[in-house]
Amino acid sequence: MAGKSHRAGLFDLRLIIAVLFGIYGVVLTIVGFGFTSDEDLAKADGLNINLWSGLGMLVLAAFFGVWTFTKPLIVPDEVSAEEEPAGGAH
Amino acid sequence: MPVLAQADLRLDANPLDYILLVIYFAVVLGIGVMARRSVSTSLDFLLSGRSLPAWVTGLAFISANLGAIELLGMAANGAQYGLPTVHYYWIGAIPAMVFLGLVMMPFYYGSKVRSVPEFLRRRFGTGAHLVNALSFALAQVLIAGVNLYALALLLNLLLGWPIPLSIVIAALVVLTYTTLGGLSAAIYNEVLQFFVIVAALLPLTIVGLHKVGGWNGLVDKLTAKGAGEELGAWPATELTGIANPVLSVIGIVFGLGFVLSFGYWTTNFAEVQRALSAKSMSAARRTPIIGAFPKALIPFIIIIPGMIAAVVIPQVQALNEGGDSGGITYNETLPLLIRELLPNGMLGIAITGLLASFMAGVAANVSSFNTVFTYDLWQDYVKKDRPDEYYLRVGRLATIGGTIIAIGTAFIASGYGNIMDYIQALFSFFNAPLFATFILGMFWKRMSAAAGWIGLVAGTLGAVAVFVMADPKLLGVLDLPGQGASFVGASVAFVLDIVVSVVVTMFTKPVPEKQLGGLVYSLTPKADRTHSTTGDDAGWYRSPALLGGGVLVLTTALYIIFG
Repeated sequence: MAGKSHRAGLFDLRLIIAVLFGIYGVVLTIVGFGFTSDEDLAKADGLNINLWSGLGMLVLAAFFGVWTFTKPLIVPDEVSAEEEPAGGAH
Repeated sequence: MPVLAQADLRLDANPLDYILLVIYFAVVLGIGVMARRSVSTSLDFLLSGRSLPAWVTGLAFISANLGAIELLGMAANGAQYGLPTVHYYWIGAIPAMVFLGLVMMPFYYGSKVRSVPEFLRRRFGTGAHLVNALSFALAQVLIAGVNLYALALLLNLLLGWPIPLSIVIAALVVLTYTTLGGLSAAIYNEVLQFFVIVAALLPLTIVGLHKVGGWNGLVDKLTAKGAGEELGAWPATELTGIANPVLSVIGIVFGLGFVLSFGYWTTNFAEVQRALSAKSMSAARRTPIIGAFPKALIPFIIIIPGMIAAVVIPQVQALNEGGDSGGITYNETLPLLIRELLPNGMLGIAITGLLASFMAGVAANVSSFNTVFTYDLWQDYVKKDRPDEYYLRVGRLATIGGTIIAIGTAFIASGYGNIMDYIQALFSFFNAPLFATFILGMFWKRMSAAAGWIGLVAGTLGAVAVFVMADPKLLGVLDLPGQGASFVGASVAFVLDIVVSVVVTMFTKPVPEKQLGGLVYSLTPKADRTHSTTGDDAGWYRSPALLGGGVLVLTTALYIIFG
């Protein structure tokens, strides 16, 4: 969403991935830290799987976030400028 | 370990799990709404305006195939047959994906066709085109129906939602985003779904392996149970149902690895469409090859959980030993393991992953169906030469119509125990002869128009004949209990198609050479077959040949380790 050329910002798939896994990561990390019962731990054979998965998702989100901002997507002015007129393949 | 109540698979999802699920649905629908703004022509809607980068189309390429049935079916195969299931991912996909990228994509992308049937129309004319466009459209709605039915069963089993309600909600979500955003929305959601599935299955695999004492622990426990075949990929006699080990290996290499796999990956438009939406020839060629890397690795988080379930889930163990499983079938392996091992939170992610994979599967079927219906059936045979807005509208209506038919089709699937067998049967009917026709048509300029469609029909009939002879509910004269019937059916279809095509070509006149530029190898100048290596396509790491070689080496190494 930084100041790059056209309307790529929100619709950059990398940003969408970063946002979704950012949310998931934060939620799972908090649940893993503060709201994990002994029963939950026993279920996952002693691993705090919510915490670890949450942290893993935060790393994934950070990767896509960094990628989005270091190489922003530039959308050309005319959509599909290089295409021949659609439907003209006869 | 608590023993589960008989046939009760209900997951105790709590509000946290539902919140994670709702967040995903919101993002999916948001993508549909946002993608709508970039749709102004039928090409935008049906082919993403040929504008997507290779990593996006590459992940979508394998995601389109990673539907819920695939997930549940392959985890089921993992529990039932063990390691031999990797053949579906390695020999049964990787070589074909590399071949598609390196050898066939220059013709698909270079000729600017908008669909696989359209390639057949330009190469062979109306006959082959109609056969393929109709059979493809039919197969896609059938498979979309199978996907829908599977999802409804799953939601009913896991969350207790009524089956009709599940079908309607899920179909509405898919319909909304594909009708709004077209292929771009479908592809974006496929990429998202890929990551959600990995996020669900990787932790499941880690917890499962932890529980059985790592890979060595799993091997020990399976060995202690008396499993021999399940721990090595070859010769997979249980998987194929072919008792002779040599014939079984031939069945896998030729039937699955060559005919079925090449037929599916190189000619199935639901797959090829992802590559056709790439932004350049180089990106199109890299699409299936980039997809091949995760394809080679993903069996580890699908098949290994299945094998773990065979050790830690009593019902699956009972199935393996022929005991009383309390109404559980192999298809419930993955949900059972999720229920057993994942606490609330990760449980929500896992449910989301399963739903996401289902929706991606249906969206792939629907978004390829609407393209073939619009360009290959409606525009070619019903209403020609209308303005583009007209076809954009037809595309949207076809999306709605296809989804409605799929809902109706959902019930055809209910008569079969092992869903994979049903899907494989469909593929072997329509796909196996296709590859024969394509490869002959691309490399043999003499092949005539009549040979195109007669070969396809003969091959399809051959596959149907084997299916009828092998199905115990029909004739049952061939004894092929495992998945061998579909391997043999596909092989018969392939050979018949080649033989019939060659014979018919001998007695009919060839297509004039000047119509075949860009479609046949010897009549396409080298410049038209090569891709640019500048700008976004520059760099050695973007070389399709290098990437293709790399993934073949990786796959060979995996076979050596797990053979």
